[in-house]
Amino acid sequence: MLSLKPTLSLTAALLTASLAVEAQTLTIESWRVDDKDLWQDILIPAFNQQHPDIEVRFNPTSPTEYDSSLNARMQAGTAGDLVTCRPFDVSLNLYRQGHLMALNDLTGLDHYQDFAKRAWSTDDGATSFCLPMASVIHGFFYNKEIFSELNLDPPETLDEFHAVLQTVKSESRYTPLALGTNDQWEANQIVFTNIGPNFWQGEAGRLALINGEATFTDAPYLAAWEEMARWSDYMGRGYPSQTYGDSQNLFALGRAAIYPTGSWDTSYFNDQASFEFGAFKPPVSASGDQCHISDHTDMGIGINPASANPEAAKTFLNWVASADFADLFTNEVTGFFSLSTHPVEVNDPVAAEMISWRDECDSTIRLNAQVMNRGTPNMEQELWIVSSQVLNGDITPEEAAERIQSGFAQWYEPQSE
Amino acid sequence: MQRAFPWHLIFFLAPAVIIYTVFSAYPLLDTLRLSFFTDSESGERSFAGLSNFVTLLGNAVWSEAFWNAMWNNTQFFLIHLLVQNPIGLGLAALLSLKGLRGARTYRTLIFLPTLLSVVIIGFIWQLILSPLWGVSENFLYALGLGHYFDAWLGKESSALITLSLISVWQFIGIPMMLIYASLLSIPDELLEAAKVDGASPFRIFWRIKVPLILPTLGLVTILTFVGNFNTFELVYAVKGALAGPDYSTDIMGTFFYRTFFGYQSQLGSATMGATVATMMFLVILTGVMAYFYLVQRRLTRYQL
Repeated sequence: MLSLKPTLSLTAALLTASLAVEAQTLTIESWRVDDKDLWQDILIPAFNQQHPDIEVRFNPTSPTEYDSSLNARMQAGTAGDLVTCRPFDVSLNLYRQGHLMALNDLTGLDHYQDFAKRAWSTDDGATSFCLPMASVIHGFFYNKEIFSELNLDPPETLDEFHAVLQTVKSESRYTPLALGTNDQWEANQIVFTNIGPNFWQGEAGRLALINGEATFTDAPYLAAWEEMARWSDYMGRGYPSQTYGDSQNLFALGRAAIYPTGSWDTSYFNDQASFEFGAFKPPVSASGDQCHISDHTDMGIGINPASANPEAAKTFLNWVASADFADLFTNEVTGFFSLSTHPVEVNDPVAAEMISWRDECDSTIRLNAQVMNRGTPNMEQELWIVSSQVLNGDITPEEAAERIQSGFAQWYEPQSE
Repeated sequence: MQRAFPWHLIFFLAPAVIIYTVFSAYPLLDTLRLSFFTDSESGERSFAGLSNFVTLLGNAVWSEAFWNAMWNNTQFFLIHLLVQNPIGLGLAALLSLKGLRGARTYRTLIFLPTLLSVVIIGFIWQLILSPLWGVSENFLYALGLGHYFDAWLGKESSALITLSLISVWQFIGIPMMLIYASLLSIPDELLEAAKVDGASPFRIFWRIKVPLILPTLGLVTILTFVGNFNTFELVYAVKGALAGPDYSTDIMGTFFYRTFFGYQSQLGSATMGATVATMMFLVILTGVMAYFYLVQRRLTRYQL
């Protein structure tokens, strides 16, 4: 009798162990540390309702270390089965080194437009290696209470935009623009590539640079920096040492009227701001001009060819391509918009406002995201630096344009003659 | 008669030699080796001779960044040398005065920041100096110096100096303690004899104490040099890996970090990173050797 109990529990343990072997396990590599709870509590259980036999683990690494640690794990053969893909060259490099599987036979890919797939395709567009997952849209948030206190309307043209800034500056003690240049990236990612597409006509201007038909010193690109050079009057005191976190706080505390941003900040202010805030799109030059927005393809998901369970991984990707996932992801991860063609109802009012711009405006991606970041000097970093220098008033827009252009021409054939 | 092989020597040396070899010597040598290789686009590694070094020093884009980091790092070191060590010496001299009340408390308080994490120091100072939330602006107004306040950490002209001074503030305790210890080891008879001979305290300090602690000052200098050329955390914590504005706070550590690990869309390169690391190693090696051959050997040591 005494020996029965251990035997039973041993048998039970063996049984569970053999069950675990039969169940397929997938591990997801990601840089979205913030979304860990969301995956564990909502997305993965939703997947398991349809596929109870596949166990999924979400294993995020912090964003700044993600690319390097993923690379190291890929080379050592210890990376997870599913890989969250950065857009364009970082993932393209992984594909070229054989660390991402070609997905051309994946049925789920049919639910995406070409513009979405371009971020994770080879240069000729023939092969896709990641499934598009989400994009972020750029624009401006504004504090509705301050706007009504000062009788202001969200601006649509550049002149209105400057009139609003001037009113806030002269008629109240609020900071007109919550923006700093200490961390530098905002100057490019949420200023230059946010307001720029209206100047360089979105995709047309971006492709003209890649084809070598235009240079950064041309008027449309220069105009974006010239606009930025006018902002320094409206930014907070000591903005050169203001960090991104400072800017977030400044706006969340109700001390600033306008906050240039990307849609990912929506959930942060839903939690932190005690006032109502709205969003307006980047202002156009003249009323009635076609508007362009930066609708940046930010996140995709692909399969590690070394995965032990490629079939389960494909099942998961097809689920990611489904309408269920599009709905869950867009509404739970507020501010990240599904890239699939399934119609999704967005519940959050600010996020809904931002996604509605897709209907009236032309979408483009961040200017330098495709091809242009490949060389040395790295254009992304150069853009951070010159754009924040322009905001600081340390260099002129012309100097900024010349520095970017000369760096570009150094290594990019179509630009160098 | 032949003596037995001294097995016990191997036995006692082995733990230290093995640990040092595995965790220090081997990684260093492997880094040096790695700097002679290059990775192809498909990830294969091949021998490339000195081509990485030619790129680093010969290619305008690389060499400009390299020399900028080198010059910034030199400034960083010079500020430590000229500010941290003299103040450390002064504090040590004050602390070693006979009959100073509360000397132990001062000593502990001044040494305390050294024990804190660099990241915490960076964060605290960033808050103190912040034009939005910081206390430094009101503090300066209280002193009537308010209009001198500026966003020092954000200005190209002042960011590096500000960071250096933060680092000086943190590490001032180390030279102070080393010098203090060696001041204490000066025999009292010597100082009393000088006093009897009618030497002023000032003269005693310059003609007796300083020559006796010169070897310690040399040691402090070389420790500062090695520490400064290896430093990374403070700049990374306050300004990020891009060491802005416009690389004005970029030092060898952050330059190495971006090269080796990559940053945002800049892809990391292990081989090019190893090249930068090798250059850092060579700079420190040269500095230390120059010190040992040119300075250390000429120092006069007094038997106390």
